[in-house]
Amino acid sequence: MSGEPLIGLSGVRVARDHGRIVLDGIDLAVRPGERVGLVGPNGAGKSTLLHVIVGLLPVAAGQVAAFGRPCRTEREFAAVRRRVGLLFQDSDDQLFCPTVAEDIAFGPLNLGVGRAEAAAVVTRTLARVGLAGFEHRITYRLSGGEKRLVALATVLAMDPAVLLLDEPTTGLDQEAEERMLALLLSLDQAMVVVSHEPRVIDRLATRVVHLDRDGLKAA
Amino acid sequence: MADHASLADRAYSPGAVPGARAGLFSDHDPRVRLAVALVGCVAAVALQSLGALASALAIALLALAASRPDLRRLRGRLLSLEGFMIMVLVTLPFTVPATAPDGILLQVGPFTASGDGLRRAFVILLKANIVVLLLAALIGGLEATQFGRALAGLGLPGRLVTLLLMTVRYMEVLQRDYARLRRSMRVRGFRARADRHSLRSVGYLIGMLLVRSFDRSERILDAMRCRGFNGTFRHDPLDAAGGRDAVLALAAAIAVVACVAVEVAVR
Ligand SMILES: Nc1ncnc2c1ncn2[C@@H]1O[C@H](COP(=O)(O)OP(=O)(O)OP(=O)(O)O)[C@@H](O)[C@H]1O
Ligand SMILES: [Mg+2]
Repeated sequence: MSGEPLIGLSGVRVARDHGRIVLDGIDLAVRPGERVGLVGPNGAGKSTLLHVIVGLLPVAAGQVAAFGRPCRTEREFAAVRRRVGLLFQDSDDQLFCPTVAEDIAFGPLNLGVGRAEAAAVVTRTLARVGLAGFEHRITYRLSGGEKRLVALATVLAMDPAVLLLDEPTTGLDQEAEERMLALLLSLDQAMVVVSHEPRVIDRLATRVVHLDRDGLKAA
Repeated sequence: MADHASLADRAYSPGAVPGARAGLFSDHDPRVRLAVALVGCVAAVALQSLGALASALAIALLALAASRPDLRRLRGRLLSLEGFMIMVLVTLPFTVPATAPDGILLQVGPFTASGDGLRRAFVILLKANIVVLLLAALIGGLEATQFGRALAGLGLPGRLVTLLLMTVRYMEVLQRDYARLRRSMRVRGFRARADRHSLRSVGYLIGMLLVRSFDRSERILDAMRCRGFNGTFRHDPLDAAGGRDAVLALAAAIAVVACVAVEVAVR
């Protein structure tokens, strides 16, 4: 793949839990059109890595760059988050509005979209994830798989340029997983996909990187 | 695009919440509804005579009927209020001394119930019911976001509105977390007893609840920031209040004036 990287990490080190280093010397570039599969054992720091890219966790060393610009301040990362969508590993962390419609509209409204347009985005996005008609459902009463799809809808509704997906298919049944994979394959955004399921990585990823205690390696 | 607009109406007008039927007030400006409810409540609390309070109660009942409330929810709210009111009715006559010697209604051993106390209990009963009925009629059917927009529209600072909305939302989450933890204790055979093991376990439960809530709030804030949140909810400015809102405000003003007139007349 060619082109300037959309996301670039160089020499990134991250400490959590009062200084325990969980990531060190991480280099990663995500280029337009790429779908990077990120694999590795539990606790390797995959989720941590995604959170670092959008500035939810600070780096102890190294540099994060997005869209060709280095990012350091909260302000710079806030701008990044408008164009990089993160699907959290746990949907319960992501959904916080009472109804599905309000949750999906939340991002577009923050981006300055009007209410009527936001409602149109809600319908359109729900249809895309195969949940047409779910507007008025109560978010915390959805099933685990439905939550997963709604969480993805909240991310897609902002029409991000890069998607960071933390185990997108966990908890989905065969059919929903198939629909999710087809949907993700139909998108032309660059993405980083974390998954423990080889099937998912095989289908989606254009290249795979492996994260473990020794850092990030091409796999 | 007409399609989209009607969809927007369905998605965001308070009358479209599933379960909330369209009543007389569901198409009124939420700000006006909130303001009218506030003025009505303040007026009701200021009234003193039983006659004026009875008129106010009648008006509140009319408003409630017009709003076509969800009867099941209303019953729950009223039951908890009336339970408390029975306490007031029973205890107040005994705690307020009679001003005139013939003001004693009843004597039970060393306790005497006074007519003044009973009257005062009735006044409190009426006021409390008027306030609850008015709120149920005017803002009971408002969706949380609409309520937030109304508060913001009436000039309440955005941070306060956000805090309020999140509190409403997260009471439920907290409760669910608690239920979940309790369940996981119960399936492993836990029964609360008055022993050290029980106390320690319940201590863990409460501690876990606090720590988890705190962690969760941080993660949710993260998720909100990922979607462009910058501290306050974005509310579209509401449309200017229309003719029907003016009618509602006028009707409310007339009702308040009428009740005050009754108050002055009987005094
Ligand atoms: N909120 C937290 N506070 C402190 N340390 C944490 C926190 N979350 C995760 N960690 C630690 O950071 C390390 C990396 O965790 P991370 O969640 O990134 O792993 P992961 O690769 O996503 O694992 P999994 O495959 O289980 O999702 C782990 O050692 C974990 O204990
Ligand atoms: Mg993870």
